[in-house]
Amino acid sequence: MSELSLEKQTNATPDDEVVLEVDQVTLKFGGVVALNGVDFHIRRGEILGLIGPNGAGKTTCFNAMTGVYAPTSGNIRFLGKQVSGRQSHQITRMGIARTFQNIRLFPEMSALENVLVGCDARHKTSVLGALFRAYRVRPKPEELPEITGTGLTRAQSRLRRATAKVFGVSRHTLEERAGRKKAMELLRFVGIADRANDLARNLPYGYQRRLEIARAMATEPQLLCLDEPAAGFNPAEKESLMALIRRIRDRGLTVLLIEHDMKLVMGVTDRIVVLEFGQKIAEGLPSEVASNPKVIAAYLGEPDDAASA
Amino acid sequence: MDFTSLIDNLGSHTVDGLTKGAIYALVALGYTLVYGVLRLINFAHSEVFMVGTWTVFGVYAVFNATAASGVGTVILATSVALIAATLASAGTALAVERIAYRPLRKKNAPPLIFLITAIGCSLVLVELFGHVFRQFFGPPFGRALVSIPTLIDTKVLFTVGGVSITNIQLIVIFGAVLMMVLLDLFVNYSRLGRGVRAVAQDPDTAALMGVNQDRVIMLVFVLGGAMAGVAAMLYTLRYDITKFDIGFLIGVKAFTAAVLGGIGNLRGALVGGLLLGVVEVYSSTLFSSNWEDVTAFVVLIAVLMFRPTGILGESLGKARA
Repeated sequence: MSELSLEKQTNATPDDEVVLEVDQVTLKFGGVVALNGVDFHIRRGEILGLIGPNGAGKTTCFNAMTGVYAPTSGNIRFLGKQVSGRQSHQITRMGIARTFQNIRLFPEMSALENVLVGCDARHKTSVLGALFRAYRVRPKPEELPEITGTGLTRAQSRLRRATAKVFGVSRHTLEERAGRKKAMELLRFVGIADRANDLARNLPYGYQRRLEIARAMATEPQLLCLDEPAAGFNPAEKESLMALIRRIRDRGLTVLLIEHDMKLVMGVTDRIVVLEFGQKIAEGLPSEVASNPKVIAAYLGEPDDAASA
Repeated sequence: MDFTSLIDNLGSHTVDGLTKGAIYALVALGYTLVYGVLRLINFAHSEVFMVGTWTVFGVYAVFNATAASGVGTVILATSVALIAATLASAGTALAVERIAYRPLRKKNAPPLIFLITAIGCSLVLVELFGHVFRQFFGPPFGRALVSIPTLIDTKVLFTVGGVSITNIQLIVIFGAVLMMVLLDLFVNYSRLGRGVRAVAQDPDTAALMGVNQDRVIMLVFVLGGAMAGVAAMLYTLRYDITKFDIGFLIGVKAFTAAVLGGIGNLRGALVGGLLLGVVEVYSSTLFSSNWEDVTAFVVLIAVLMFRPTGILGESLGKARA
């Protein structure tokens, strides 16, 4: 598992390094103000919860961070580099990945292929390179094809191994092989490897949600944004999802979690940012946020006689 | 109604139709690939094919290849013509995408603008060969039919159950099917093909997963163009002509074939193309050759009444199903 996390483990980097900065971001659609001066940051290795009632601007905030929308004013910086103005695929390659509130897998591809699309974001071979396979590299011993099978198949695999030793392997082939290995490992990590070859649209709902997480992780992000990953889950499934999110963090990823379910958010996050009507109304530890009167009012509605609360 | 003629020679008519249909199918792939990824009907694709046929003509002229040439010249000229036509068509398709479509995409133009632009590109290319080039280079450019030397004489290779198969028919069908199998393998089993399918199924999500959309779109135009180039080579082997507007009818038929099989579906293009070719040949035998275009569209309408998304259904993503 450690071969995957190219980034250093959490404990190896200073805890207060800021990964993502959302700096006074305002986003308007015509006359509608979706985000109004939203300002927060995410530190490396933490799990930040972004919560708020329906329509508070959580998903809009996500979309701005992944380049779907450009902020009207303000800045989003990832590892000190401006995010807005870049194309989606460039932002992904900078190291931000996301899942979707309404599942958006590639329905006609197998689970494995879905993850491979994510892996492809890290391939270095160009279109021409992939077509002509001219860039040969000398494979490391562990990258050589294994000798398997019996009889003729065994001889074939021996031959393949020998040619790889003598002529090298094209980088494209190596990357493709490594990608498959990584994709399978990720499917095992999220716990759906048993259905790797099923079409995504035929997977059960819970598997689809987990597949989205695996696909996003395949792009080797430093920041993983989960948009309501527990939507439609029963308590037991939520429990195992919380465990999964913690394991993701333990791999060295920083996690931004949008969630409706307060119990889940309280149980797994290190810090919480609360949005309401496109504005940040609170920020702090889960315990602080839970007792914040503004947050309680936003979630439960303000009582008529306590307008000042 | 000449039933006896059709029944008596059913086999050879079928082979004839398959030859015709194989060329339609190859050209149809260009429509289907671009539609699958961009939901755009690239009307300029017929001219991509036209450029291919002119390239073949040009290469033959350079090699001074005629019917009387020796075997060496013939082999050299045809193989260079095949490569050149493929490159020229792919290049034309890519140029259309870069010059015409990409700037529109960057400005989020509505679909109708793309359609009008596609028709505009088609007209520009047609007039380039029908008028502009004539002004600069003189004939053979212009509006007249141009005959291409017959390098490979039609010969009956073998006879199966009373049906004679000619060398040209074999080359055309085999060549077209080979290209389609290669394309199908490429799209379904390669990394680049994976990107193409991802963009076809959900372009925005694909971009968020790190797929470079522009690169996928370029690739799709190049692939479709290359297929049209091969189709142009096969067409010139079979029909020995070209013309400034030769793409028009082939383009319409190939587009029909794509819709018939299910546009956006690679295997659908093959099925639609072959079916259309066979139907055309049958109907021109049954009635007269004036009726083949009518029959082609009657079949299209009949199929779409019962299967509105074509025989195999839409979507490039579903190409495997």
